[in-house]
Amino acid sequence: MGTASTNPNVNYLTEFSGIKSWLFSLDHKRIGLMYMIAILFFFLVGGIMAMLIRLELFSPGPTLFSADTYNQVLTYHGAIMVFMVIVPGIPAILGNFFLPLQIGAADVAFPRLNLASWYVFMFGAILAFTTLFTTKIDTGWTFYTPYSIKTGTAVITIVLAAFIMGMSSILTGLNFIVTTHKLRAPGMSMFDMPLFVWSLYSTAIIQVIATPVLGITLLLLVAERVLGIGIFDPKLGGDPVLFQHFFWFYSHPAVYIMILPAMGIISELISAFSRKTIFGYKAIAFSSLGIAAVSFIVWGHHMFVSGQSEIAGVIFSFITMLVGVPTAIKMFNWLATLYKGSVSFESPMLYALGFLFLFAIGGVTGIMLATLGVDVHFHDTYFVVAHFHYVMVGGTLMAIMGGFYYWFPKMFGKMYNEGLARLTFVLIFIGFNVTFFPQFILGAMGMPRRYFDYIPAYESLNKISTIGSWMIAAGFFLALYVIIRGIISGPKAPANPWGAKTLEWQTSSPPPHFNFDKKPTVTGGPYDY
Amino acid sequence: MSEHHVMPLKTYFKVAGGLVLLTILTVVFHEMKMGALAGPVAFLIAAVKASLVLLYFMHLKYDNMTNRVIFGSGFFFLILLFAFSYVDIWTRIKSFSTL
Ligand SMILES: [Cu+2]
Repeated sequence: MGTASTNPNVNYLTEFSGIKSWLFSLDHKRIGLMYMIAILFFFLVGGIMAMLIRLELFSPGPTLFSADTYNQVLTYHGAIMVFMVIVPGIPAILGNFFLPLQIGAADVAFPRLNLASWYVFMFGAILAFTTLFTTKIDTGWTFYTPYSIKTGTAVITIVLAAFIMGMSSILTGLNFIVTTHKLRAPGMSMFDMPLFVWSLYSTAIIQVIATPVLGITLLLLVAERVLGIGIFDPKLGGDPVLFQHFFWFYSHPAVYIMILPAMGIISELISAFSRKTIFGYKAIAFSSLGIAAVSFIVWGHHMFVSGQSEIAGVIFSFITMLVGVPTAIKMFNWLATLYKGSVSFESPMLYALGFLFLFAIGGVTGIMLATLGVDVHFHDTYFVVAHFHYVMVGGTLMAIMGGFYYWFPKMFGKMYNEGLARLTFVLIFIGFNVTFFPQFILGAMGMPRRYFDYIPAYESLNKISTIGSWMIAAGFFLALYVIIRGIISGPKAPANPWGAKTLEWQTSSPPPHFNFDKKPTVTGGPYDY
Repeated sequence: MSEHHVMPLKTYFKVAGGLVLLTILTVVFHEMKMGALAGPVAFLIAAVKASLVLLYFMHLKYDNMTNRVIFGSGFFFLILLFAFSYVDIWTRIKSFSTL
């Protein structure tokens, strides 16, 4: 630990300086921040694409650009937001930063591997960006065959970029699993770990097991295009639906790579701001593992109308319903934690409550879509678009924002403007519902997704939806301002501004290079209020 | 954890030689044009090669039980992938084109 950490003015941000001290840093906190800068940038680009999509749909017919351009913008939005923002988001930024802190470790188990995974991620991201902005991609983020085999656009490079970013995801997951098992502070059993750590652990298992299948699938697609091996092409004896099986074997669990860490954050926030022990600790921890396990055998619900057999459809429909059980366990445990707690409504808690509200809608509409007979009608309509935005934006993004405001004082040693932070919640929460709730109705009315045009009957709801998107954008830009102003001129943060009990709050804000001046020994649970 | 096992370089070369041999064998069998047997035979040889890599290059032969179990769990998920894909493929109602 050296002499540095005994001086209160020296922390991980100030101990070393210069660009090299960042680019070659093995400190999990600095690597987390480097991920943050990159992912914030990707989020900005993906967000601009979203705004363009909503602008185009403001009125029927060509509004801004041509149908071809629309298809590309849609692909950019999906591919960037999924592969470069929401999948890596929480584990890479907040997970990297707080997993070691929450278990009382000095760093992750493999710091060099951690840095390497940042470089691998950036390499894939740069490849993706150059492909997206120098050539054309119009397959959507799912790269479905047979179109992805036939289209003249740059499928191979974008698919390789996704492959490379997947590699980074595997390395991060591996690192987290080993860190969780091997580096816990003395006295901390698996069941003394904060629930955020449990959620990262479950996520890491999915990352390690499912991502290779995506990698193989994408390589098979490349092989199909280059060599014509005939695994997906019916003319050569292949099966185009097989691509969807392989693709969703990864991409459905990937939904839980996106949402499980978010649920972990929510557990932390609800407990901290209710000033109460989390209700049903073990139930929440095991339901994370339960979700991870069930997530591997439900993928066929994306394929109800793809030509998959009826029997497979029925089986997948039934198993998909099971996901509702562990998810509901979590919801009820959070609600029970709130009950008779001394709840306070700081901005992180507002986001957590927003999560509960929006995720409930996202989850219940998920059960509707899991119902085979109903899905035949809702499939590929705006109902599906609304559903997964409620889960991913209403769920994951709300949790990221809440987690970010919660841990901001620890990360930067500064406080932000609480009033403005609450305003960002109001803007994003209302804007989100104004944008996406009408899309449930549009979907029920039969408006198909992914089209650049629509009939006049859908116009008024589309206008409302577009206006909502402006509110969301205003909210996020305000949040960026709050964060930057907080970093530059916020008042100094105490070590534990929220009075929370997990280990990261026991060290100074921001923490020293090796996190703790003396190795913490754990005697109580993470939520002993 | 089990202590580190250092393998003699000779073993590595032997295994590598075996892998090359099996590759040649794959090509030979391919040239023999065995019809329906071609697929299974190619898969069998590939499986033997993969096991050699796992046992020697990845040291599973000298690892303790935990590592083998963790490795084996990968196969469990592979079985899930294949099994559920086949649930679809084997139960489709086939309609043959008359074109
Ligand atoms: Cu799914």
